[in-house]
Amino acid sequence: MGWRNYLRQFLRDLRSQKLRTVLTLFGLVWGTASVTLLLAFGEGLQERLIKNIRGLGENIVICWPSQTSKPWEGLPRNRKIAIKDEDIEALRREVPGLTAISGEYSAGNKKFKVGHKVLVPGMTGANPVFAAMRNLIPQTGGRYVNDLDMDERRRVVFLGDGLKNDLFGDEEAVGKYVTVNGVPFLVVGVMQKKEQDSSYQGRDTDRASIPGTTFRAMYGQEKYGNFVLQVADADKVEVAKDKVIATLAKIHRFDPTDSEAVRMWDVTENEKFMHSFMLGFRIFLGVMGVLTLVVAGIGVSNIMNVVVEERTKEIGVKMALGARQRAIITQFLFETLLLTALGGAIGFAISAGICAGFPANLDEYVGTPAISLQVGATTTAVLGVIGFLAGFFPARSAARLNPVEALRL
Amino acid sequence: MFGNGRKKNGANPGAGNGDLIDLEGIRKVYDTGAIKVEALRGVDLTVKENEFLAIVGPSGSGKSTLMNIIGCLDTATDGSYRLKGEQVGGLSIDRLAEIRNKRVGFVFQNFNLLPQLTAFENVEMPLLFKGTQARQRRERVEFLFEQVGLSDRMLHRPVELSGGQMQRVAIARALACEPDIILADEPTGNLDTTSGRDIVGMFEELWHKGHTLVLITHDAALAGRTKRVVHVQDGAVVSDEAVA
Repeated sequence: MGWRNYLRQFLRDLRSQKLRTVLTLFGLVWGTASVTLLLAFGEGLQERLIKNIRGLGENIVICWPSQTSKPWEGLPRNRKIAIKDEDIEALRREVPGLTAISGEYSAGNKKFKVGHKVLVPGMTGANPVFAAMRNLIPQTGGRYVNDLDMDERRRVVFLGDGLKNDLFGDEEAVGKYVTVNGVPFLVVGVMQKKEQDSSYQGRDTDRASIPGTTFRAMYGQEKYGNFVLQVADADKVEVAKDKVIATLAKIHRFDPTDSEAVRMWDVTENEKFMHSFMLGFRIFLGVMGVLTLVVAGIGVSNIMNVVVEERTKEIGVKMALGARQRAIITQFLFETLLLTALGGAIGFAISAGICAGFPANLDEYVGTPAISLQVGATTTAVLGVIGFLAGFFPARSAARLNPVEALRL
Repeated sequence: MFGNGRKKNGANPGAGNGDLIDLEGIRKVYDTGAIKVEALRGVDLTVKENEFLAIVGPSGSGKSTLMNIIGCLDTATDGSYRLKGEQVGGLSIDRLAEIRNKRVGFVFQNFNLLPQLTAFENVEMPLLFKGTQARQRRERVEFLFEQVGLSDRMLHRPVELSGGQMQRVAIARALACEPDIILADEPTGNLDTTSGRDIVGMFEELWHKGHTLVLITHDAALAGRTKRVVHVQDGAVVSDEAVA
């Protein structure tokens, strides 16, 4: 028999066994929809969390010079460690695997004035590389502090997007001036909106950056409040951190085992935690998915089992009329597979619909569920295999019956 | 009226004696593990083309087992069965299916029509298994319905038909692939007298057209309408006589 006849037979069976078909389909739709949705939400949440964590910067270590807590080489403890430009230069030379390093001056007492609006935001003085490390990405039509600004100690400022809105509202800010403690600074860029879930002196959206050289020249400060470094590879962070301490310990003469002299915040630790958390989360979702699939699969196989049993008589009649074993098995498999494909498609469509209709304003909290065709296809395939096995074995044993026995049932 | 009844004359491979069915020492043992039941204890039987015979016997005598073996629905434990000269014992499952499809037409006591299919689809089924093209199928099925006088019932479901009509559909189905023999197991057992007579009349006509018919029954009246009666008892043929 050709596939068209199997299809005809299938449609006839659907017609005559509506309840069974509906139940089987429901199981398949439910299984596919719940697994794809579960994984879609997991994917969305993970994306969201990673985006948030990357807001501060990727593979960066933020270091604060502090005071020694151990005596060393005849020197007392509680000595303050001051980090200046030459230290940064030394680190740039000594520490392996660095992609960027920048000292950071900080001030929280400068009055920013535009028209009648006055704000006192956090302000950073740093190198151009600071932007890339800390994900301070300028909106189109603007830029961050550049090398020329540094060399000429220009009075230019880069504003966080929130700060820009507070100062300028909806107006264009780039090319306009902000007076900082009475001195006009040219706005050269505004930060693109970003998600940031951790910070050390306020979120970047509410901060401003000016060239480090300008900061030093204008406010007479040599010592950096902190410095930020970035390594290419998260695995190299430990080595880099040790080398930073060793280098500074040599220059400033403190005990390399003194954990107080220079404090460090290794952002990759957050990521490491996140990765293990996400791994756990994924395993959880995977287990849930597998369980759901198994439940759906059991449903399908139960129904197929009953179907074959119910229809043993039909199988007997067909065999008496000359149906070959293969025709009988094929018929049931065809039915199972078609049902599976149909159920999978409907389930996937439902999931896709839910994801498409997902309210955008929830993105900030749980992310946007990202439906994956792969997951849908895998789910359907797994259900298909379960359905196949569930249909195949009873159908085969029925087809192996003596026609007489099948007819007698 | 059923057309090409004698169509296969001459195309009779091997068999020098011209027997359509040739059973020799057929035994059938049902082995349920604990007990062995010997349903047939060495049956010899030959049926020639265009015979019309009844196999009769009390229930449990083995007559149904005999029919199942003749119809290739079941296989003998022992003995030789030749259908038109072809040794049936030891054939593959698929080859047996092919024989059932092309050489044997079954008529059952309880009709065995598939309830989810229309009468047309039921009759069409053996042709599907045979691999007949759609157009020829349609023509053949329509022709058969005309012959059994049910052209106006082709699209009805079995439940919408009377017992007599269902059995006529079953006969049309049995004839679909132009079989060598028609095997009927208590064909009138579930019918009222009038419908039963109607069905027997139809069998007689088939016989006149050259078909070979084997009826299984315990109805003496029905057996009396055939040309030869074979009595089976306790798994053996006890008498075999022509009907006057």
